[in-house]
Amino acid sequence: MAEMSVELVAVERAVWSGHATSVFAQTTEGELGILPGHTPLLGELVEGGIVKITTTDRETVTAAVFGGFLSVTGDKVSVLAEAAELAEEIDPQAARDALAQAGSGPEADSVRARSTARLKALGQTA
Amino acid sequence: MTAQLRVLRRRIRTVQSTKKITKAMELIATSRISRAQARVEASRPYAREIVKVLSALASAAGTLDDPLLVERENPTRAAVLVLTSDRGLCGGYNANLIRAAEELQELLREEGKSVTLYLIGRKAVSYYTFRGRPIEQSWTGFSEQPSYRDAAAAGEELVRAFLAGVHDGEGAQSDGAGVDELHIVYTEFRSMLTQTPAARRVAPLEVEYVEEDAADSDERPGQRGRAEGPGPLYEFEPDADELLGHLLPKYINTRIYAALLEAAASEQAARRQAMQAATDNATELIQDLTREANRARQGLITQEISEIVGGAEALSAAGSDD
Repeated sequence: MAEMSVELVAVERAVWSGHATSVFAQTTEGELGILPGHTPLLGELVEGGIVKITTTDRETVTAAVFGGFLSVTGDKVSVLAEAAELAEEIDPQAARDALAQAGSGPEADSVRARSTARLKALGQTA
Repeated sequence: MTAQLRVLRRRIRTVQSTKKITKAMELIATSRISRAQARVEASRPYAREIVKVLSALASAAGTLDDPLLVERENPTRAAVLVLTSDRGLCGGYNANLIRAAEELQELLREEGKSVTLYLIGRKAVSYYTFRGRPIEQSWTGFSEQPSYRDAAAAGEELVRAFLAGVHDGEGAQSDGAGVDELHIVYTEFRSMLTQTPAARRVAPLEVEYVEEDAADSDERPGQRGRAEGPGPLYEFEPDADELLGHLLPKYINTRIYAALLEAAASEQAARRQAMQAATDNATELIQDLTREANRARQGLITQEISEIVGGAEALSAAGSDD
């Protein structure tokens, strides 16, 4: 089966890297699925979105991604995020609490977007 | 004599407890250096990737006339971001950095540019506040463990000021509204023993492209036709120019973040060195004081013996006279 190498890097650390058969992401233009052999592409990710990677071992890696870019070149996919968290690192309770406590204003909007993305990565709804 | 001995012993105890503190700080700093260096390492993959993406974009975007890339015709205002530490006890770290910042400001003024100050770290804030120099904005409290959010907060503010400088044109007096250049002064981590202050210009940007176009990168980027773009042909979501507009501020943030991380590592290294020197000095001082105390004690004993001997002789002399 065709595969591509995927790197998920956040500013502060490299979050995940490995081989995958498909990558799913949300860009500002819409949702996007990438299979091996995709046309070279550069996209901007939405502020609080998720990235789903299906590895060659048929496992699914889900991450909450906050702002960033996606670059596809040949058989390599890089996700550049300002911050990214893998689903298993997320504490759903903390995300819910943050969502519940968020007030109003631009600061709160970004908190809300982050918390929603965290919950989405866990497959839960707010 | 007894009083002198007591004073000496007290001083020895004081120096000993100071030494314990400096030794502990030295050990803490040593362990933090490696952690700080690990953070610098951890931030490398993102920096590498973002440069790759920028290079790809630069070769695809029709014209590179983003305000962040274009040299201003008549730069009259410059912003300087100074990165110092929050805490002292790190030797000449802050003094050296502030000296470098002053030199840069001097240079900018000679070029006829007015300078607005943006500060990170309590030391810089207290330095400039004490001298009554106007500070445009300052951020404190994270110099030892900077996070990307701290860098982004400063970065957004600087980019905002820089972009505001596009429209209000030259001739406008410096009122803090806009600037034409962004500079950053931070401490480079060379090794455990050397940290040197460095001044860099972050905007207008000089992206260190990864492709072979390094050769012509000193040309004005705005005039460069990029039709020859090698590399793969990308699709863009949204289009290239808009993407570039979003990516460049992020790139500036990463540059600031990298500088913050490096400054944090330098701070710890400088502190380790300063504390090591302090510990060594304390050891030496304790040795000298102990010697002096011993001499005083010996003197005291000698005096006592001679007093006893003198007394006994006086007594026996008195006895024989009878």
